[in-house]
Amino acid sequence: MSTASMAAQASQTTYEMVIGLEVHIQLKTTTKLFSDALTTFGADPNEQTTPICLGMPGVLPVVNEKAVELAILTGLALNCHIAEVTKFDRKHYFYPDLPKGYQISQYDMPICYDGHIDVLGRRIGIERAHLEEDAGKLVHGGADGLAGSTYSLVDLNRAGMPLLEIVSRPDIRSSEEARVYGETLRNLVRYIDVCDGNLEEGSMRVDVNISVRPTGETKLGTKTELKNMNSFRYIQKAIEYEAQRQIALVESGQAIVQESRLWNEAKGITESMRSKEDAHDYRYFPDPDLRPLTISRQQVDEIGARMPELPHQRLARFKDTFGLSDYDATQLVDAKELGDFFDRTAQHTKNYKAIANWLMGDITNVLKTQQQSLGATTLTPENLASMIELTDQGTISSAIAKKLLPDLMAGDKTPQQLVDEKGLAQISDTGAIEAMCKEVLEANPDNIAQYKAGKTKVLGFLVGQVMKASKGKANPQMINDILIRIIENS
Amino acid sequence: MTASPAPSTALDLHKQIQSGQLSAQALLEQTFNAIKAVDGDIDGFLHLAENQAQQTAEQVDQAVATGQPLPLLAGVPIALKDNIHVQGVRSTCASRILENFVAPFDATVTTKLNAHMLPIVGKTNLDEFAMGSSCENSAYKLSKNPWDTSRVPGGSSGGSAAVVASNQVPLALGSDTGGSVRLPAAFCALYGIKPTYGRVSRYGLVAYGSSLDQISPFARTTKDLAALLKVIAGFDPMDSTALSDEVPDYLALCDQPPKQLKVGLVKELMDSDGLQPDIKAAIDQSIQHLEGLGATFQTVSLPHINYAVASYYIVATAEASSNLARYDGVRYGLRAEEAQDIYHLFTQTREQGFGTEVKRRIMLGTFALSSGYYDAYYGKAQKVRQLIRQDFETAFEQVDILLCPAAPFTAFKLGEKVADPVQMYLTDIATIPVNLAGIPGLSFPAGFDSSGLPIGLQLLGPHGAEGTLFSVSQALETASGLSNCLPDVYKQQGVAV
Repeated sequence: MSTASMAAQASQTTYEMVIGLEVHIQLKTTTKLFSDALTTFGADPNEQTTPICLGMPGVLPVVNEKAVELAILTGLALNCHIAEVTKFDRKHYFYPDLPKGYQISQYDMPICYDGHIDVLGRRIGIERAHLEEDAGKLVHGGADGLAGSTYSLVDLNRAGMPLLEIVSRPDIRSSEEARVYGETLRNLVRYIDVCDGNLEEGSMRVDVNISVRPTGETKLGTKTELKNMNSFRYIQKAIEYEAQRQIALVESGQAIVQESRLWNEAKGITESMRSKEDAHDYRYFPDPDLRPLTISRQQVDEIGARMPELPHQRLARFKDTFGLSDYDATQLVDAKELGDFFDRTAQHTKNYKAIANWLMGDITNVLKTQQQSLGATTLTPENLASMIELTDQGTISSAIAKKLLPDLMAGDKTPQQLVDEKGLAQISDTGAIEAMCKEVLEANPDNIAQYKAGKTKVLGFLVGQVMKASKGKANPQMINDILIRIIENS
Repeated sequence: MTASPAPSTALDLHKQIQSGQLSAQALLEQTFNAIKAVDGDIDGFLHLAENQAQQTAEQVDQAVATGQPLPLLAGVPIALKDNIHVQGVRSTCASRILENFVAPFDATVTTKLNAHMLPIVGKTNLDEFAMGSSCENSAYKLSKNPWDTSRVPGGSSGGSAAVVASNQVPLALGSDTGGSVRLPAAFCALYGIKPTYGRVSRYGLVAYGSSLDQISPFARTTKDLAALLKVIAGFDPMDSTALSDEVPDYLALCDQPPKQLKVGLVKELMDSDGLQPDIKAAIDQSIQHLEGLGATFQTVSLPHINYAVASYYIVATAEASSNLARYDGVRYGLRAEEAQDIYHLFTQTREQGFGTEVKRRIMLGTFALSSGYYDAYYGKAQKVRQLIRQDFETAFEQVDILLCPAAPFTAFKLGEKVADPVQMYLTDIATIPVNLAGIPGLSFPAGFDSSGLPIGLQLLGPHGAEGTLFSVSQALETASGLSNCLPDVYKQQGVAV
């Protein structure tokens, strides 16, 4: 939403939003952050726990080096500085899903700090990215939700999962920018393969800090924190709603309460979490069970050397090297699997536009209909390229090519084999096409007269008839040319 | 009461088992008989682990029968403080909150003891969660000093000290956070060593003050102590604070007498008005013994040591307030079943489960870490700790080791100090600085006071200097004859053969 459209009805004051995002990403490690319990999704409650995850007396944490590597890789992708020395701190609060009564996090020496990413042409600062362990989850029983539940069960499978909390600076100024920032971050973590980036399953979680202020004002307004948005669309909607709610409060002279608010998608509103009024005192202090971590320049360089191509780099390459439009390139970058497939297909044919069209059009449609991922089909880059080549050479028509696609995605035959077996090669024999054209014209003498009278549109009908007669195999351009020649010579 | 040497040391017993003169099972049976005969007066044990111990003893006898070489100390019965996990055996920490808590895994030291086939006979009494200097903060029983059962054995590892000093077992493990092994060792005429921080894995030790805690052994001779430390020390991938340096052969080092030893006497601990005169005399005696071996003496100053107790009671309680947050009634241990909501489940469980001293320390530590007070308390305490560390480093540039008291006085009467926590805290004035600095400290018997109560002194060395401490301790033990000391009344009843 533009600043102008946020003008409150009652006054002429315009407002701007000041937004910062706290994004938790669950790092793709085999084991948890401080124990060797597995991280696989979907196990039975409390199956993936060790005495360490359960906070048993006598246990000690040992940091998962893989998680540290993934944090460094992410930090580098976010243009962050990587700390030479970083440490872990204990953050205390009592809650049944927090086994030790504290969460191991990083307070004042985060592993990554001072980075940025570019979003819609603006640079958004990254204040820090720090490692921390996840809590477990509560399952409320006896009712559908917490309200009215008569008991709660604790599942600690998630407790101790490795998270990287990425905290942006309050540089974001619109709900759209917030959404795109989130999408950009998701693409990034997927490209560097540190996180699934799945908001619905919770492997990526986004909290929004938002305040409003009159345009031009430099002081920050009171902020609220928005939670419980499990899609980027909801994030944008929640911000829109919350900004209007805050503006209405300011306009009517009421105070904004600094609090956490939950997005209620069913009602389309944010609601106060009604948490305790006293602010938490987390009593952070350095975890004495974990020595500070020293990260060498060499280690950072080694991890940096393994950095794969990032989304913005791929976007530039798809445009520059393959001449794709911004739209096409963006589509292929956002859907990483399609982009990867594009790259591999581009090694076998130079008709890049055709590859993009196939991937974003018919192939995506088939995948959607069958609710499949590209990797689950039998389509190979070689076969896609071969089909494009056969079409370009005129061996088959594009209509035939579209018909072949399901077989290419579900079978193991090459396009050439399919064309040969089914006799689908395009008819490009002038004599044969001429004979079919004559037959069609003889059956439709009126159309010749109409065409001659200037109603050239009838040509399309005639081409279609010839095509039908050829069972789709005749070369449409040749039909076109031959029909015109016969009509004009008649 | 006078001291008489007991016939057998742990190493003697081990040798007899290895040679087939003594079966591990017979020794174990004798041990349980001694416990039955003696522990009613001493109250050192909280609970026994007869089945596990029996299995280990059988394993030892089988190994001997099949001619396999035995690992060091195999067959020697040992007792563990009840804050060290033995899988399948309760770890109560002498607290109501863990009354029925069965350890779900072995502590790393337990794994090492099992590998060396030492039968673990039972778990000993302590001040609740190792918080105390007299063992009187136990939720279950009052342990007695075998040298005078109207007196405390010292704390917090009082039960472990009492069962070794009453000849029930020759070896025990305790934990030392501010003197909790060295003080009871001193009060009970035992040898005890708090190793360099990180030398022994803390995995499976229920945490009190994580940056100070070290599992520490008790024995009645230097060599038994050295052998036991050798068994339990070493790197552990489960403990990020464990040291990776190789463990020296401490036992062999006992027989290498120190040469041209430079010994420092800590000015601030010698001048203290509170120091009992008998203890000063014992120090002089030890000086003479060491001078006889060619050692030279000089006085060194640890200028910040007077702030050690204050610093300790911030750092240790801050860490304790955090470490004990997990006892919330949700997953294990005591639960206040009558609680109507989660807030009251937490508060009532903790209200009912923790004793007075534990609550006091949790509140102290919580306050010290609170927003707005952190810099003034925890931050400052850490700075003091750093200064104390530097004091020791400076001292060890001048001397090889330090000699000082283990406590300002000998064992006090049960109940004497319970009403005054600060007086109780000052008991540890000579031991606390060692934990703050992370250096090793060995407590050794140095005589008896006019009431016949044991006097203990400490040898302190720089990081990793356990070997030096053992060699000096052995030299003193030989010179003083204070080896394998037991009160006469327990000499006959124990495990000795």
